[in-house]
Amino acid sequence: MEASEILKQFQDVWENRHDYGRDWKKRKGGKVLGYFCTYAPEEVLYAADILPIRILGGHETPSLVTPHMFDMWCPFSRDCLNQGLQGKYDDYMDGLMETNCCLHPRQAFGAWIVNKPYLWSYWYVMPNAVRSPRSKPFLRGELEEFKKAIEEWTGKTITDEDLDRGIDIMNTNRRLMKQVYELRKQDNPPLTGAEAMTMVWASQLMDKREHNELLKQLLEALPNRKLDRDPGIRLMIIGSENDDRPFMEMVEDVLGGTFVIDDHCTGSRYFWDELTPEKDRLQAIANRYCDRIPCPGKDWGMEDISRKRFPHVLQLAKDYRAQGAILVQQKFCDPHELDIPSLRRYLEGNDIPCYFLEFEVTVPIGPFRIRVEAFLEQIKAEELFG
Amino acid sequence: MAKYKTKGLDCWGKAKELRQRYYQDYKEAHDRGALRWEGGAWSFDCIPQALEGEVHGLTEEPYGASIGANPAMQVRYQEAAEGKWGCANDLCAYLRNYWGSIILNEYAFGGEWPHADFIFQNHICCSHAKWLQVAGEIAGGEIPYFCFDVGVGPYDKIGERQINYVVEQLYDGIEFLEKVTGRKIDDEKLIKRVHNTYDSSCYWAKACEFNQAVPAPLDEKTMFSLYVLGTLEKSSDDVANFYKDLLYPEVKDRVDNQIAAVANEQCRVFGDSQPPWGFLRVYRYLEQYGIVSNANLYTMSLIGWWNINEKGDMVPYPTLEEQGVTLKTREDALRFLVEGELKGKLEWAPFYGATYKNDLTARMVKQWKCDAAIIHLNRGCEGTAQHQMEMKIALQKLGLPVMTFEGNMADQRQFDEARTDRLIDLFVKETLGLKKVA
Repeated sequence: MEASEILKQFQDVWENRHDYGRDWKKRKGGKVLGYFCTYAPEEVLYAADILPIRILGGHETPSLVTPHMFDMWCPFSRDCLNQGLQGKYDDYMDGLMETNCCLHPRQAFGAWIVNKPYLWSYWYVMPNAVRSPRSKPFLRGELEEFKKAIEEWTGKTITDEDLDRGIDIMNTNRRLMKQVYELRKQDNPPLTGAEAMTMVWASQLMDKREHNELLKQLLEALPNRKLDRDPGIRLMIIGSENDDRPFMEMVEDVLGGTFVIDDHCTGSRYFWDELTPEKDRLQAIANRYCDRIPCPGKDWGMEDISRKRFPHVLQLAKDYRAQGAILVQQKFCDPHELDIPSLRRYLEGNDIPCYFLEFEVTVPIGPFRIRVEAFLEQIKAEELFG
Repeated sequence: MAKYKTKGLDCWGKAKELRQRYYQDYKEAHDRGALRWEGGAWSFDCIPQALEGEVHGLTEEPYGASIGANPAMQVRYQEAAEGKWGCANDLCAYLRNYWGSIILNEYAFGGEWPHADFIFQNHICCSHAKWLQVAGEIAGGEIPYFCFDVGVGPYDKIGERQINYVVEQLYDGIEFLEKVTGRKIDDEKLIKRVHNTYDSSCYWAKACEFNQAVPAPLDEKTMFSLYVLGTLEKSSDDVANFYKDLLYPEVKDRVDNQIAAVANEQCRVFGDSQPPWGFLRVYRYLEQYGIVSNANLYTMSLIGWWNINEKGDMVPYPTLEEQGVTLKTREDALRFLVEGELKGKLEWAPFYGATYKNDLTARMVKQWKCDAAIIHLNRGCEGTAQHQMEMKIALQKLGLPVMTFEGNMADQRQFDEARTDRLIDLFVKETLGLKKVA
């Protein structure tokens, strides 16, 4: 299969996620569990033959949500809840979980459960102090309880072999997506940033065993793919949840830049770190989620005010030769709002020019086009005259 | 003629004095060779306060609220945070006040910003750990920083695993404090401080429980000024004695003698979240209609500890004496401290879902005999504004008239006073059908 066809399949899953979910349920007959944040331990869910799906943006005006969640909450979580209230998941999603993430999806989860009480629901206490040595044993205990709850829900015992299978599915997916990302280091990457991130969004929506098969084919096909475009300015995109393909397409197709790397939980942050297997499978899972590149909300320490994510972001920018970074943030997203002024200073201090944009449920493409165009011109001017 | 007797609290002057001295002590600490630390109102002050020698803390939220009560100062500080640091104007309003204060190098209680020697923080909402991480950065980046995690689940899911996790972090915190200050934790002091924390938290809850009486002995506007002492230094002798020996007996006496907070009480309302601090006059307006705001999960459980008893009622958490417990060791002190905070602070329960908020507020309106609810949709604090709209629906289903108004606890730019007055006016006169009685 051609690379473009595979990438189109990812896009189809993203655009028609509910059709995919319904079809998966018909084909496999398993349970489907929704989650909001990438700290959900999908290894355990795959071990139980459950399909984990991330609740992502619908990008439609959230017309039903205001009586349940007023408009100081981030548009992403309002958008998610709106889709729940509209009943878009009703005919295939069996349960919903929360992972102790930021306060905004907590609102969406809370209201969703109150208004759809028939759903199986679970609050998984992912620790916040991921850099504390105390968090890993605590999370192991939490995983033990979660596994037990899943076993009770499905009526199936999860064995070590099941966990090994879940770990293998997740690690394979991470490894393959990282290999695809590696190709973006090329002078003329064989896929655009919008295509790369759509690949990640699809992995959060579809059965990863199917996603992995497509990734293997993609990795065979991509080296032969030559995009008939000048990559232009190489950009990094950084921030909170982002599944705004129209924005990325505008920057890449209209303004002629290319997103060569990202730091998003809907992008590299989701899959960058593999799990290191060990005999105690649950401990291995706990270690992976505590050691991964953290969400800004969990990026604080026990001795000083340093952050773990910043040097990682800078290293990505260097490795992928990003000439500038666009910092995008969902309006009202506290974890990122708290980090952005510092991150901006940090990157600019390391010669990565930055531009900040605040996103809503629907993206104002016109005004954003003018602003990003000016940013790209500024980078070009600096290259010419700097 | 008024329906009930009323008078101001005799202990009011003491409360004012304690608050003033707290901020003065922090300012002057270095002059006296004392240590200064920054943390949150929830950050277990008894640990750093148990260090040898004299130590003074500055808790971030009440400091931000103090600035919030002064609209002119507040706008200047927030514009410094937004304009000079570049933060979003929808972040926690206290936090922006706090950052602005450092940026402008102004202490709201006079003089320059008093730099701390270390940060001892805890984390449950999105902002707490990051608040002082960035504050440390703004202040120069050299400050030692320790933050522990208390986001381990709601009160009814707390077991040994959750308690152990927090206790272990506190041991790490003690190691950190001893390393960065060169001083030791005094176990005798620690035990005394934990004991005081129990007294402050349990006796504040006991005082609030009295507000189930008709007429209510306390109105929320007064309660705001009383709970704040517990957010400053609930482990101190002065604060614990205030709650136990001054406030509690005085409120009990008011109930015994039917001394009302609002002389013509005819309607009791339930509140939620912090008020817009610069506009507390709203409560005085309500009094003209005989309305007393007498219950609020935030006001009663931000520092107050509670239990749900076998009957399903919210009751004050037992003191150490009532539990028959004598703390003897550091381990005892830390475990009981953590257990009380995690099981008793019901204000943390809504962090784990709307059903907790709905359930607790439903119990409260029944026990505190509330006739209506006026809900401040607080754009300044995501933590306390959680699930407010679901709560509104739940209270309406119980048959309670509910009014909401949007505002911000400490950012007047997000509060329309005239519109709020009009909304309250309509709610009081048209929905509740009340007439002025004073």
